[in-house]
This record gives sequence, structure tokens and C-alpha cells, in this order.
Amino acid sequence: MSDSPAIAHGTLEAVHPEHSPHLHHQFESIKQQADAGNLAMWLFLLTEVMFFGGLFTVYMVYRNWYYPAFVAASHQLDWKLGAINSVLLITSSLTMALGVWSAQMRRQGALILCLVLTFVLGLVFLGIKGGEYKEKFEKHHFPGANYSLQSFVNPSSDPVAMAAGDKPLPLDTARKTEVYFDLYFAMTGMHALHMIIGMGILIFMIFRAKAGAYTTGHTAYVEYFGLYWHFVDIIWIFLFPLLYLINRH
Amino acid sequence: MSHISPVIWQFLVKWLTNFALFPPEASKIAPQMDALYFFILLVSLVGLTSVILLVTTFSILYRKQRHPVAVQIEGSTLLEATWTIIPLGLFLVMFVWGALIYFRVFTPPPNAMNVYVVGKQWMWKVEHPGGQHEINSLHVPLGRAVQLTLISQDVFHSLSIPAFRVKREAIPGRYTTVWFEATRVGTYHLFCSQYCGTDHSHMIGDVVVMTPEDYRKWLAGSTSGASLAQNGERLFAALSCSACHNTRPDARGPSLANVYGSKLRLANGQSITVDDSYLRQAILEPSQHVTQGYVPIMPTYQGQISEEGVISLVEYIKHLNSDYRVQQTTTTTELPPASGGKVTGGKTGAVKSPAAQGMVNQ
Amino acid sequence: MSSATIISLPDQSTARIPKTNYLTKENGLLSWLLTQDHKRIGLLYLMSISVFFFIGGCLAGLIRLELLTPQSDLLATDTYNKVFTMHGVIMIFFFLVPSVPATLGNFFLPMMLGARDLALPKMNLASWYLYMAGGILALYAMITGGVDTGWTFTTPLSTHYVNTNVITTGLAIFIAGFSSIFTGLNFIVTIHKMRCPGMTWFRMPLFVWSNYAASVLMVLGTPVLATALILVVLERTVGIGVFDPTKGGDPLLFQHLFWFYSHPAVYIMILPGMGVISEVISTFSRKRVFGYTAVAFSSVAIAVFGFFVWAHHMFIMGISSYAVLVFSLLTMLVAVPSAIKIYNWAMTLYKGSITFETPMLYAFGFMGLFTIGGMTGVFLGTSGTDIHLTETYFIVAHFHFVMVGGMLMAFLSGLHFWWPKMTGRMYPEKISQMAAVVTFIGFNLTFFPQFILGTLGMPRRYASYPPEFQVLNVFSTAGASILGVGYLLPVLYLTWSLKYGKIAGDNPWQATGLEWQTQSPPLTENFSELPIMDHEAYDYDWLERQKAKEVASVG
Repeated sequence: MSDSPAIAHGTLEAVHPEHSPHLHHQFESIKQQADAGNLAMWLFLLTEVMFFGGLFTVYMVYRNWYYPAFVAASHQLDWKLGAINSVLLITSSLTMALGVWSAQMRRQGALILCLVLTFVLGLVFLGIKGGEYKEKFEKHHFPGANYSLQSFVNPSSDPVAMAAGDKPLPLDTARKTEVYFDLYFAMTGMHALHMIIGMGILIFMIFRAKAGAYTTGHTAYVEYFGLYWHFVDIIWIFLFPLLYLINRH
Repeated sequence: MSHISPVIWQFLVKWLTNFALFPPEASKIAPQMDALYFFILLVSLVGLTSVILLVTTFSILYRKQRHPVAVQIEGSTLLEATWTIIPLGLFLVMFVWGALIYFRVFTPPPNAMNVYVVGKQWMWKVEHPGGQHEINSLHVPLGRAVQLTLISQDVFHSLSIPAFRVKREAIPGRYTTVWFEATRVGTYHLFCSQYCGTDHSHMIGDVVVMTPEDYRKWLAGSTSGASLAQNGERLFAALSCSACHNTRPDARGPSLANVYGSKLRLANGQSITVDDSYLRQAILEPSQHVTQGYVPIMPTYQGQISEEGVISLVEYIKHLNSDYRVQQTTTTTELPPASGGKVTGGKTGAVKSPAAQGMVNQ
Repeated sequence: MSSATIISLPDQSTARIPKTNYLTKENGLLSWLLTQDHKRIGLLYLMSISVFFFIGGCLAGLIRLELLTPQSDLLATDTYNKVFTMHGVIMIFFFLVPSVPATLGNFFLPMMLGARDLALPKMNLASWYLYMAGGILALYAMITGGVDTGWTFTTPLSTHYVNTNVITTGLAIFIAGFSSIFTGLNFIVTIHKMRCPGMTWFRMPLFVWSNYAASVLMVLGTPVLATALILVVLERTVGIGVFDPTKGGDPLLFQHLFWFYSHPAVYIMILPGMGVISEVISTFSRKRVFGYTAVAFSSVAIAVFGFFVWAHHMFIMGISSYAVLVFSLLTMLVAVPSAIKIYNWAMTLYKGSITFETPMLYAFGFMGLFTIGGMTGVFLGTSGTDIHLTETYFIVAHFHFVMVGGMLMAFLSGLHFWWPKMTGRMYPEKISQMAAVVTFIGFNLTFFPQFILGTLGMPRRYASYPPEFQVLNVFSTAGASILGVGYLLPVLYLTWSLKYGKIAGDNPWQATGLEWQTQSPPLTENFSELPIMDHEAYDYDWLERQKAKEVASVG
């Protein structure tokens, strides 16, 4: 075997120097491990940006082509609910950030409280979203065989369209509203899926936090999850105006 | 254009074709494209030879028995520059040359005669404006520019005529075009080259290039009795288009006389030139294609009319035109007289007068 | 004395496989299925991709058998359509994309960098499980009826016009995509954060540079494929029809999303293979790769430019002519770095000391065949000639030249090169050289006639064809049978070598990489002491000095 001029780290058999129990053996130091983990998380978020970027691109193309239909369809969404959801999600990002801070300050109780609050806020968000979906189903605005153009060709039959001051759309333009709803469900659906996954991880983390796993000074996992949660929040910050606020006065 | 001697060129192509290594050149663009093809082939051969020569020469000269000690060389900026710039230069030549040919293939000359092709699983429906209908075959005259307007009824198909070196996708939802001018009489393959399902490999046929005389005979013998424009006129009345699109002063829709080929101002301020695609869009998605000064009350005909029906309507509207230049593109059934004189206004089966109100008796 | 080989094996009468190595450290099925050792995971991948390659190869055999005759007489056309679709799906997503990165990359990236493992070993294992899940799902789709949309899933055919297992296959590829993303992510983090002391970016082996470039493509490109596939699946399941022309959707939009990934995908496939070629050419000519910096930057350039050329798959699809101009120009630009690499490898041979062991034979095969494949790409990137050649067998021949003549040859080169390090044993040299030659001949006979078929106009994905194309098709099928033999031989003799191969020792090729400075097979922790990189990559003078210091015998 070749002879390296110097030894960077003691041989594993001979000497096992003191290191944090959190140090994984492929790393030389906690700092290297933290750096690597951080880079990994940001790269993962980059892949998520590319994923949602594809969806946003599709959205921008069709919004450009079918603007009047998108306006009318967007008016069918309840912007107040969307705004409430936005506030909920931003607040949950706040509680998550506070959770990270608590972990860094080794305050277990505060950490658990913050994680639970984040979870609850997420749950309320999903509940409101579910209610919105239900309403859309009932009004036959879910794409597919049961899609109804009534609200668009005949706004006087629909109080929501009346309230928004929509004029009746010609049939071929009205048909394009289905494209809007295709994107609405695809994009908010994917977003909701990411939230559900996040909340599943949150539950796991609440239990681990209770066991004291994150308040020993090794806060990496809480920080990484925080990044993920903030990302989910940011996606919503883009979705809300693009979907709910098209040409609202 | 080919700069090598025509004799050598003909020999090369003939030899290759007879040995079935190369398709026949049967269109005007074919030799132009082949010249580029051979240029790229030459460059590729030179490149490949250079690589093979380098590898074999060095392998012989510097094999271990002959050259036991390697000499470490870091690199050479000069060499890097050489084999960056020369390939780049050659590729750029190919890019420009190829772009020229590409634009040539997809920019039809103004006097091209028009043939419509509707692709569907799994056949090609060819519609001549004179009312001749073909399935999986395309008869064209020699020496005349022919523009194909393609559309698909279902999935993506691709019309490929290797002997002409043309190929174009037939897309569901909008027209695509390609043109060629046949230079050799004969029968050539016509393929669908975009995978389209079960019988993709059976969606093949023949392109038959005929002398102008034979073509005239074929046209006369294959007509279905009504030209596309006549069929369009019938549909125009049957679908009540004339209720709004007429020349009365209180008409709710713009008159379509002379609209084809003209510059139209739309309600949203845009200015467009009315072509086949615009007409099709206006029929199927009228609320997004409103002429300035009119309201979007035209109903959509999506789902009520087949692609062939749309083509008939488009042909009809094209013929509502007394503009001479536009006439040239629409008088597809009239070939230039043998002396090569100009086309003098079509007669066979094409409706020339402005919008005919009322029904046309079948 | 100057023999014709650089192989330097220990004395076979006294040599032994080291008792403690990553293979013997733990035993039992679970120690493999739950391993976090990047080397074991590399072997898990090696076994799985070999199985998928075999399945994809059988499907190829069926295709070539059908195409012996002009009529579609062996298989029903629907069956043929399913066969070529599955051949493409399996070969691309379950063989080529993971081939070098997930096997050789996983195994050797950490060792080349002087690290103990990749940055995220659990993610590495998860990556393999995702790959297996996707693969099994794809096989399930194949067995329960198959899919016949072509691997390109063109809409609206795939969304509304077929009744086959599009959703299952789409999901299978989606899952396998995560496997790819995780591998790429792992590599990027490892390369950025876990290089040993002294290992600057420009001291890394070029294999690492190539895998780095491929990893960037994996991480940035694969999610867009996920978007495209999800939208197709949604359209088929719940009716969210963004690609449906009857509802105002644009089917061409799918192609933009699909090719935005699938073009970088071909660079994901080829770049790691190019990395292998760098290592092999250097070792078997005893020279530092000529123009190291140029080759390293070329890998990055290919990755960057590769993101901007996707619409060259769509030149006749009705995109605007100005878009055609832009994409054709960019395609010309992306061709240049590959040319740079080929010439740098050729110049590496200059004043070297060349031997012709099997890895080097495969590397030479790569250089010739990849040059042909690459140049035929220029035919296609040139918009004028693309009109005639696209959608024909010219395309099929082009991508098989670069993928099989290029990538697969590079994979076999790397497999043979690193086999002694992975297993501790040498493969039999004579039969492997013969297999390389057989493969080369078989490959050319199979795919070269297809260039001619394409120029003649024979479209691709045809189960039946006009009779005048038969002769060339027969040549192609004949070549395929030879090629099959060429691929079967390594399976046989490599397996044989596991028990009967000569003991290889640490460094049978006398190569310079860090992975060659430890035992074969390596320890689980790779190095007993972490190395410090105090020399440049491919420093054969340093190697000479090391050898001089070595103790060859005691007493």
C-alpha cells in the first residue's frame, strides 16, 4: 500500500479520536458535515424549483394565449380564502423559523410548541384548500367530462361571477376556462402534496423533538426542514397572485 | 447549387441510386439538399479519417515495445485553438447553408398550387381544390410548385416524401405547410414518419409525378364533381354563415370578399395577414379573432365541422377574390399553357364571383 | 524488458485476496440490502442494470428479427409497437442513465477524491431502491400489457389514443427519475465538500469532472421530465387536459417539456462514459491527458450548452423558423466541446507508451464510433438536412452510434478497467480482447446500414417496410446477432473470473488515481489513512517514485 506523507486523521483501528456522536463517519468534522448537508438541501430545493418551474411555464404560456378565459375563471376562486391561506402559510413559516431558533437555543419546549403550531397552521391551510376543492367540484369546475361552462357563458346564473362583474363569454373562449382549471388543480394539487409530505415529516419531527433529538446542539435536521417548509411557502406566494388575483379590482 | 461538374454529379447520384444507397432526386430542392449532405459527409469523413489516422499512427509509433518511456506533455493552446476553431467554422458553414435550405423548403413561392392533406389514423386524405380526392396517394404535375397544407385529425403524423427531400409534421389543431417542385416523372414513396399508433407502418402511399398533359387528364378523370370551393359554398350556406357574412350594409359580420391575402385589423389592435391558418382559427375560435369594428358574436363551429369541411370553407373564401395575385394561388386546376404563358384566370370548377348568397342547388 | 503489456500482477503463487475488504466485512443478504457502503451499492446497481440490459437486449433482438422481412409477420403491429417502446424505455431509463454514474461513479467517486464514502450514504441506498421500484413497475407494465407510445410519449397519442399502460410506465420513469436526482445530488455535494486535503478542483481525475457535469444535468433536468410525465398521467387519469388540442391545449408544449429533459439526458448518458475514456487512455499510454483543463471545461461546456438545444428534436414540428435558427446554431456550438475532447484524447497518445489491453481496445472503439455518431449528429443539427433525415433510421443509427458505440463501449471499458479493483481479480485478457473486437464488428454491421436506410427514407418505428429496404435490414439483423455474442461473452468470463481469475493486487495497471493506491478489493472505509493529494492528476512521475519506495519482499 502506498505511503502517504502525512496522516490527516488517525487510523480507525488504532485511535478513535473524540468527536460528536452526531458526526457521520464519512465526514472529517461537524463543520464539513453541516456544509455538505446544507448544500444538499439547497440542491434539492433547486430540483423543486425546476419542477414547479415547468408548471409555471405551462401556466404562463396558456395565460398569454387565453387571457380573457383566465380572468373569468380566476374570478371563480374566492380570493379572501386564498388571502387567509397565504397569511396562514406565512405565519407557519414564522413559527417554523422560531422553531429553528428554539432548537439552536436548546429550548425543547419552545421547539415542540413551534413545530406543533406549524403543523396546525398547515392543517388549517389544507382544510381551507379542501373546502375550496369541494366547492369547485360542486360547481362542476373540475376538468373532465362534467365540466360546466354555465358560469362563463351565462354569468347571471352565478352569484360569484355577478359579484366579479363578469360579462358572458363566447362559447369558444369559455371553453378555455377549463385549461385554467387544469392548471389550478395541477399546481395547487402538487403544492398540497408537498405540504402533506412536509406535514408527515413534521409529525415525525415532533416526536423526535420530544425525545430531545434536536436540542443537543445538533440542529441540522430542523434547519433543513425549515428550508423545505419555507420553500413550500414561497411556491404558494407565487401561486396565490397568479391564480387568484388575475385582473381583480 | 452544386459546384461540381454536372456530369460527375449525375453519375454519382445515378450510381448511388442504382445501388440503392441513395434516394432518387425528384424535386428541385433535392440536389440542393444533397449538395449540403455530401459536404457534411465529406467533412465527417475528413474528421473521422483524421481521428483514425492520429490514433493508428500514434498507436504504431508509440506502442510500448517501440517507445517504452512516455513523455509527459501538458497540452498546447495552439492545438486547442485549432481544433476548436476549425470544427466551429465548418459547423457554422453548415449551419448557414442548412438554414438557407430550411427556409427555402418552408417558404413556398407565390404561384405555388395548393393541395390539402388531412392525416388521420392511419391514412392520408389528399384533397385537390378541383374536387379530386385521394387516399394514400398524391398526384402532382411535373415542373410546377406544389404547396401542401397539412393538418391532422387526431395525433401527430408526418408526411415524408424522401425522393423530394421534404417532410412536415401534420399537427392536430393547426395547419402546417411545405412545398416542392417535382422534376422527374415517376412514382415515389410517401410515408408517415411520426409514430402514430398501431398501423403507423401502413400509412404509406405513392406520390405520382405526371407530365402536365397526363396530369390534366388525371384531373379531369378523377374529379368528384364538385370542387372544394363549391363544396365550401354549399357548407357556407348550410351553416348559415351567409346570415352574417354578406355584403348587405347592415351585415353583422365582415364581408369575406377579397379578405384572403389582405391585411386585417383585429379588434385587439393587432394587424394580421389573412391566410389559411387565420381562416381556420376564425371559424373554430371566432371570439379570439374578431375584426375591428365588429362584436364577438360569431358562434364557434368547433365540433360541428370536420377538417375537410374547414378546408372546403377556406377554399371557398379564398375564391371570393378578384385580386389577380391571389387568383394565381387559387387557380390550382389551371396549368400554364404549354408555351409557358401566364395563367389567365381559372375556369374549371372555381367560383369567382363575390359571396354567393343563398343555397347552391346540389 | 519491454513487453507488450503494462499489466503487473503480484506473484500468483503467493498472492491472496486481502482477508478484510468491503465484500467480506459483513455477510448475509441484509448486509447487502441495507448497506450504506457506496461500493456495495455500486455492485447492487451493477447487477440490476445488467438484468435490465439483458431484457432490453432481448427486446432489441425481437425488433431485429421482425425486421428481417418486409412484412410484419413475426409480431402483430401492436406487439411490435410495444416491443420498441419498452426497448427504448428500459435501455434509456434503466440502463444507460444509471450505467456509469450509479455503478462506477458510486464505487469510485469517493475513492478518487480521497473520501470514505459519498456525502449522503443513506440517500445513495434510497436511490437504488427507487431505481428498483421504478424498474419493477416498468416490468410490471410490460408484462401486464405493455405500452406502445414510443419512449417519447408524444401527446395526444399517449394521452388519448392508446389503451395501454401509459400511466404505470410514466410513474415508473418518474420514480426512477428520483433515483437519478439523488445520485446526482450526492455526487455534487461530495465533490464540493469532501475532497481530501490538497485535492483542488484541477487535481481531480477527469472522471470526476465528467460525473460532476452529468450530475448537474441530472439535478436540473430530471424534474422537468417529472413535470411532463405528471401532466400526462393527470390527463389520462383525472382529465386535466393541458395537452389536448380539442380543449385549447397545445400538444407541442409536451414536447418542449419532454425534450427539455431528454436532450440533457443524452449528455447525462455520455459524459460519464467520456470520463472513463479519459482515465483509460491516460493509463494505457502512461501519460497525463493532453489538455487536462480543456477536457475538464469541455465537460462543463457540454452540460451548459446541452440545456439550450432541446428543440433540435422538433425542427419540422411546426415551431417558428426563427426558433429553428437559434436552436440549430446552439446545436453547432454544443458539438464543438465533444470534438475538442476527441482530439485531446488522440493527442494523449502522442509520445506515450501505448499498450492494447481490453479497456484500451474499447476506448479506441469509442473514439471511432463516437466520432461517427457525433458527426451524424451534425447532419441532424443542420436544419436543412434534418428535414430529410429526421424521423428516419438515420436518427436511429445516430443515437445508437453515440449511445451503444459510444456510451456502452465506454461502460465496458470502465468495467474491465476497474474490475480488478472491485473484485480483486483479473478477467481473462485474450478472450476479452476478442469479445471487444467481436462487439466492434457486430456493432458496425448492425448500425451502419441503418444510416443508409435512413438516407433512403425508411421511417423509424416501422414494423413493415417496402421490399427494397430488405437487404440493408438483413445486414443489420446479422450484425445484431454478432453483437449479441459480443455482449454475452463478458457476462460469462467476468463471472468466471470471480472464482478463477488471477489475483490482481493493488494496481495491476499501474495507474495513478487514488483508488489504485489501496488494496483490491478495497476496505469498507476505502483508506486506512486518508490520503493527502500532493501531486497533480495523472502524475506518472509521482507513481514511479511511489513504486521505488515500495517494499516488494521481506527478508
